[in-house]
Amino acid sequence: MSDITTNGHIAHPVGVGTGLALIPRATEKQSLKDFKSDQEVRWCPGCGDYAILAAVQSFLPELGLKRENIVFVSGIGCSSRFPYYLNTYGFHSIHGRAPAIATGLAASRPDLSVWVITGDGDALSIGGNHLIHALRRNVNLNILLFNNRIYGLTKGQYSPTSEVGKITKSTPMGSLDKPFNPISLALGAEAGFVARTLDSDRKHLQSVLREAAAHRGTSLVEIYQNCNIFNDGAFDALKDPGLRDDITLRLEHGQPIASASKAVRRGAGGRIEVVDRASVPEGEILVHDAHDPDPSAAFALSRLDEPAFEHVPIGIFRSVDRPAYDTLMSKQVHEAVSDQGAGDLDQLLRGGDTWRVG
Amino acid sequence: MTKQVQQLDRVIIRFAGDSGDGMQLTGDRFTAETAQFGNDLSTLPNFPAEIRAPAGTLPGVSSFQLHFADHDILTPGDAPNVLVAMNPAALKANIGDLPRGADVIVNTDEFTKRNLQKVGYAASPVDDGSLGEWRVHAVPLTSLTVKALEGFEVSKKDAERSKNMFALGLLSWLYHRPTEGTIKFLERKFAKKPDIAKANIAAFQAGWNYGETTESFSVSYEIKPATLAPGLYRNISGNQALAYGLIAASVRSRLPLFLGSYPITPASDILHELSKHKRFGIRTFQAEDEIAGVGAALGAAFGGALGVTTTSGPGVALKAETVGLAVATELPLLVVDVQRAGPSTGMPTKTEQTDLLMAMYGRNGESPVPIVAPATPSDCFHAAIEAARLAVKYRTPVMLLSDGYLANGSEPWRLPDADDLPDLSVEFAVEPNGEDGETYLPFKRDPQTLARPWAVPGTPGLEHRIGGIEKADGTGNISYDPNNHDMMVRLRQAKIDGIAQDIPPLEVDDPDGDARLLVLGWGSTYGPIAAAVRRVRRSGVKVAHAHFRHLNPLPANTGEVLRAYDKVLLPEINLGQLALLLRARFLVDVISYNRVRGLPFKAEELAGVIQDVIEQ
Repeated sequence: MSDITTNGHIAHPVGVGTGLALIPRATEKQSLKDFKSDQEVRWCPGCGDYAILAAVQSFLPELGLKRENIVFVSGIGCSSRFPYYLNTYGFHSIHGRAPAIATGLAASRPDLSVWVITGDGDALSIGGNHLIHALRRNVNLNILLFNNRIYGLTKGQYSPTSEVGKITKSTPMGSLDKPFNPISLALGAEAGFVARTLDSDRKHLQSVLREAAAHRGTSLVEIYQNCNIFNDGAFDALKDPGLRDDITLRLEHGQPIASASKAVRRGAGGRIEVVDRASVPEGEILVHDAHDPDPSAAFALSRLDEPAFEHVPIGIFRSVDRPAYDTLMSKQVHEAVSDQGAGDLDQLLRGGDTWRVG
Repeated sequence: MTKQVQQLDRVIIRFAGDSGDGMQLTGDRFTAETAQFGNDLSTLPNFPAEIRAPAGTLPGVSSFQLHFADHDILTPGDAPNVLVAMNPAALKANIGDLPRGADVIVNTDEFTKRNLQKVGYAASPVDDGSLGEWRVHAVPLTSLTVKALEGFEVSKKDAERSKNMFALGLLSWLYHRPTEGTIKFLERKFAKKPDIAKANIAAFQAGWNYGETTESFSVSYEIKPATLAPGLYRNISGNQALAYGLIAASVRSRLPLFLGSYPITPASDILHELSKHKRFGIRTFQAEDEIAGVGAALGAAFGGALGVTTTSGPGVALKAETVGLAVATELPLLVVDVQRAGPSTGMPTKTEQTDLLMAMYGRNGESPVPIVAPATPSDCFHAAIEAARLAVKYRTPVMLLSDGYLANGSEPWRLPDADDLPDLSVEFAVEPNGEDGETYLPFKRDPQTLARPWAVPGTPGLEHRIGGIEKADGTGNISYDPNNHDMMVRLRQAKIDGIAQDIPPLEVDDPDGDARLLVLGWGSTYGPIAAAVRRVRRSGVKVAHAHFRHLNPLPANTGEVLRAYDKVLLPEINLGQLALLLRARFLVDVISYNRVRGLPFKAEELAGVIQDVIEQ
């Protein structure tokens, strides 16, 4: 491990994390085929989930982990069917609870690579409490949050990431509540690794997964995912060849944050703002620091897509190491054993004030 | 002055004071001395949920009752022979429980005008003759303590706070208790504050000496040690025994214990206790809520741990969906419910047996789970092992129904040898079980137990997916096939029903074999019911007694036993939950006796009920 900074965070370059260090490695080369299960995939034709599944299936061999040491845990929703389609261990659980179940699994089995598959309803509505506590606790989990900004499996109600005024079956006059920004929420919940990517951009998606897997602790990856039935085209602006290069602000550690036409800089009072790229000298464009222990710049970046998706940061907002909960938990167990010796049941039972009869 | 010593066979003492007066500690210490001396004993702590209710008020009264004897006893006793009342509120709250002629020791220093007014006494009952039917010992406990501590390096406030140790010393003299244990305890407890330790020990000894010299107490009492079965004993509370039982289950199953829990009265002490024993490889996880507690335990069970969650009724309500998931995924899971008075928040520190039907049916769908209930505080140890045995053997969540009375009550416990405890070894699946020799069928059942194999992540070749959606028999693949669902519903039920063949039959205590009345019970009512049965038998009445430890499934011979008697009486601290189950299942006209006062039954009360039923 590298240096511990003053506030307890451990800094290391992206990609050199220890997230996979305790997980046994495969002895033979793996291929996409190894990770396909025998189950027929049953999402609606055209669903963004297909692209994510294909990206994950073709990415997993790259990790080189023993397949039997990989577990996918999900909650309820369209995305939560994901584990059935991967030939790893899998647990399709109940609505919102996947982070809790995965926490117990990962905390008791540091030799597993545990992935949580969840959606915007699952993670941010019914399971919001478990999500924020998983992030704060920092168990070694990778949480992939498929955000399609709608409820799919229950057939089209608005979700906690739907825009205000959304007309749906349950909100015929428009939704009233302000949506969560999952990135802001995760940063506020002390997450050490927070990223955003897009279902249709396999290369970027896989690069983010690579970093998430390498990160030891909880990583949250928001994946913009198109629901072509109930919320089609929600992210079209990011996919439109004529628009995407102007809207997308790529976040790459050590690189200036800019799209083709826009750039991010620190304005008056230190506020982060988006300006025309032409109006700002290259040297004044804000350089992205994903390892900044202070999350305030990452948080400010997470707010840039408000209110109307005019410019959307994509990439790793924050990647800062701090000790993972499961590591600390194992450490306490090992310390107890090394300090006091392994437990002896007879000794324990006879540990109080005892007396003998007869 | 040589004082008279009188022999007694049993005594019931109740220490009562303000919640800040240290009555629980005083009771615990007297209990430890009594256990050390070798009496049989049973205790009943009774305290408010508020950490510090307003001082001197009735809601703030905290008490600790201890019953000890030279023979085996079953309950903390009905009515105290001695009440120690540290203030007017404690007197007022407890005096009604005392039989005529009982001893009352009052701390007169606290009987000030203001304190009397707080509880509605116009004049001090110690002086106005209203306590005429009891033997009152007026002792200025506070000022005697302060005087005894003159010259010690403690503040007046700290000196006053030692008055409970003065009272303990006095009672220890009165009943010939050994004192070394308490002195050692105080030295340990206040190791970092030696002045406080010295003051407390001095107060304790001053109380003892006061008894010996004062004329207020002319008699002291001896209660000979009980003739218990030979062995090594310790005193233990239900929560501690339950925690030890979970550790024993982990040791005997060689599965690492993972506890996912959220603090809740009266179950939190199990979390506290287990968190101290990490050297057994135990992981304790204080979750963000009840649901996460059980979720994490289930996740750990999927990974091959002994997954446990501990809670009380409101927590069980929140965990229901996850318990259903454990039923569907057929993973071992222990759900410990230390029942308390409900509904809703109810009375958190008071006991009840009102969660039985929730444990049975409180989930969506047909989702049967085994239910085990301990009978006494020390039995919580063995009940926890039994619950774990069923969970790992049958790959099912199991409900363990303790309650507030068992949790906080204590009794002497003859220590078992670890090697004599049941072997709970588990065989994980390690190779394919399909007929082709290559596939793994996660829902292919053991023909005997109907349990499915348990293949944990990390096992090569057995990668599989489980979940809450209905599964096809054998493969575990998602299935909406109507006939498959009907079969799976029945298979899950049959698996739990089959446990009846794997548990002991219901044992009936019917000495002459010709009683016509059977008294039934389950859980913590064992003591009061057994004591009541003993009482009525002493008056020549014939009565049979049987006690359920397994509530689901019920022992295989239950129907046969019930039908063998003319009358069946079932006292429960609920409105007849087990009675409802027995009536429905066996069509037997069970007579219910129900009181839901947040307190255990009294033996005398139940003896009266038994008499009434016989005479009807």
